[in-house]
Amino acid sequence: MTPLLQVENIAKMYGARIGCTDVSFDLYPGEVMGIVGESGSGKSTLLNCLAGHLTPDSGAVRFDTRAEGLRDTVTMSEPERRMLGRTDWAFVHQHARDGLRMNVSAGGNVGERLMAVNARHYGEIRGKAIDWLGRVEISEDRIDDRPTAFSGGMQQRLQIARNLVTGPRLVFMDEPTGGLDVSVQARLLDLLRGLVREMGLSAIIVTHDLAVVRLLADRLMVMKDGHVIEAGLTDQVLDDPQHAYTQLLVSSVLQV
Amino acid sequence: MIQIENVSKSFTLHNQGAAVIPVMAGASLSVTAGECVALVGASGSGKSTLMRMIYGNYLTASGRIMVGDTDVVTAAPREIIELRRRTLGYVSQFLRVVPRVSTLDVVAEPLLVTGTDREIATEKAKTLLDRLNIPERLWQLSPTTFSGGEQQRVNIARGFAYPYPALLLDEPTASLDPTNRATVLAMIVEAKARGAAIIGIFHDHAARDEICDRQFDVTAFTPGLAA
Repeated sequence: MTPLLQVENIAKMYGARIGCTDVSFDLYPGEVMGIVGESGSGKSTLLNCLAGHLTPDSGAVRFDTRAEGLRDTVTMSEPERRMLGRTDWAFVHQHARDGLRMNVSAGGNVGERLMAVNARHYGEIRGKAIDWLGRVEISEDRIDDRPTAFSGGMQQRLQIARNLVTGPRLVFMDEPTGGLDVSVQARLLDLLRGLVREMGLSAIIVTHDLAVVRLLADRLMVMKDGHVIEAGLTDQVLDDPQHAYTQLLVSSVLQV
Repeated sequence: MIQIENVSKSFTLHNQGAAVIPVMAGASLSVTAGECVALVGASGSGKSTLMRMIYGNYLTASGRIMVGDTDVVTAAPREIIELRRRTLGYVSQFLRVVPRVSTLDVVAEPLLVTGTDREIATEKAKTLLDRLNIPERLWQLSPTTFSGGEQQRVNIARGFAYPYPALLLDEPTASLDPTNRATVLAMIVEAKARGAAIIGIFHDHAARDEICDRQFDVTAFTPGLAA
C-alpha cells in the first residue's frame, strides 16, 4: 500500500534556534496520528511545515495525489499546493476565527470551499451546506447567522464542517479541542471519530491533551525541543513510555 | 496460533533514579487454536505484563511473539492495528470509551471497523447485550454511567462481538453475579469450540479449572521471584 503522506527529514530553523528537525514518518490512508509535547516543542511548526503554511529548510513532504501519485509538496508550485489545500487537504485551526470568515454567514462559510472547487449551483451548494451543518449538529435555522453570533464550540464545529465539505483525504488539526469546555470537547471528539471512520480520512492532530490522543489517534509522536523523542502505537507510548520526558508527561496527568 | 519464544521485559523508570526493574526473562508459551491457557502466579509476577506484551500494549525487549503471521515484537504500528482489528481481541478489566457514544455502538464498533453492515452489526450487538442481561432501556445510553458489573459486561459483549481467532481475557468473570458468570463462561467455551486460541487471567479458580486446558505459571520467568 502507498502511504498517503511520506515525510522525510523535515527541518525548520528560526535563526539559530531549532523549530523542528529530523522528522520522518509515513502516514497511511485511514490512520490518525497524534503529535504531543509541551508548548515550544515544535509540534505546531511541524504541522505548519506539513500543511504547506511554512516552508521547511530541508526535507520532503510527499503526498499521494489523485492524479500523479506521490509528489513532493515542498517543491511543487504555489498554485498546485493551494489547490491541494482546497481539495484533498483540510486544516482545522485551534481558534475557529482563524479558519472561518467571521463576517460571512455560516452557510457561506461552508459553501465557499465548495465554490473554490467549481460548484456553481446555488441550490446544491446550500443543500450541501445544510447537510454538513446537520452533521456537526448545528441546526438548519442558523444557516444565515454569522459565526460571530455562535458560541466557541459551535464555531469550532462550523470550522470542521467548512473543512470537510469538499471530502478531503487528509486533515491537519491544531489543538481542535483546546479552549472548549469538557462537555463540548466530548461532543467534538465523538463527532471527529465518527467522521474519521465513515469517511475513511487520515488526520494529523497536534495537541497537548493526552486523553484526546488516546481516544482519537492510532499512532503517537512525542516531541521535545524540536526533536521526535518517541513514536509508536498510541496506547503503547502512553502505557509503556520509554523516554524520560514521555514518562514525566504521562505521570503528570491529573486523574479525574 | 499464539507462539511466544524466549521473551524478556524490563521497565526503566527515568524519573525515579533511573531504576531498572526486570519483570520477565526467558518466557516461552504456545497456544493452539481451540485451546485455553490460564496465566497463573502471585500478584505482581507479570501475568498482565505478559498479556499486554502479546497485545502490543507493552514493548518487548527481546524474543518473539507470533500471533498468526505477525511478530508483535517487531511489527509496525499499523500492522498491530490491523492485527487487533481482525485477529487478536482483548477484554480488559476496564472499559474505556468515548463519552456520549451509546452502549449499542460501543459493542457494535469492532464489527463496524471490519466492514460489517451497520444493521447486522447492531443486531449482533443487541443479541450480545440481551444475553448478558443489560436491560434494553440502557442500550441508547453511554456506558460511562453504568455500574462496575454492567461496564464489565458491556466490555465482554464488545470483546466477543467480532469472532477473533485469538483472544486475551483479563479477569473476565470478576465482579459478575453467578448468572452472568455462567453466561460468560459459556461464551468462552463457544469461542473455544469455534477454534479461538485463548489466554486468560482468572482469579476465579473454579472458572479457571472449568474452562482452561492448562495453566502457565508466570512466576518461573520472573527475575528475582523464581526459586
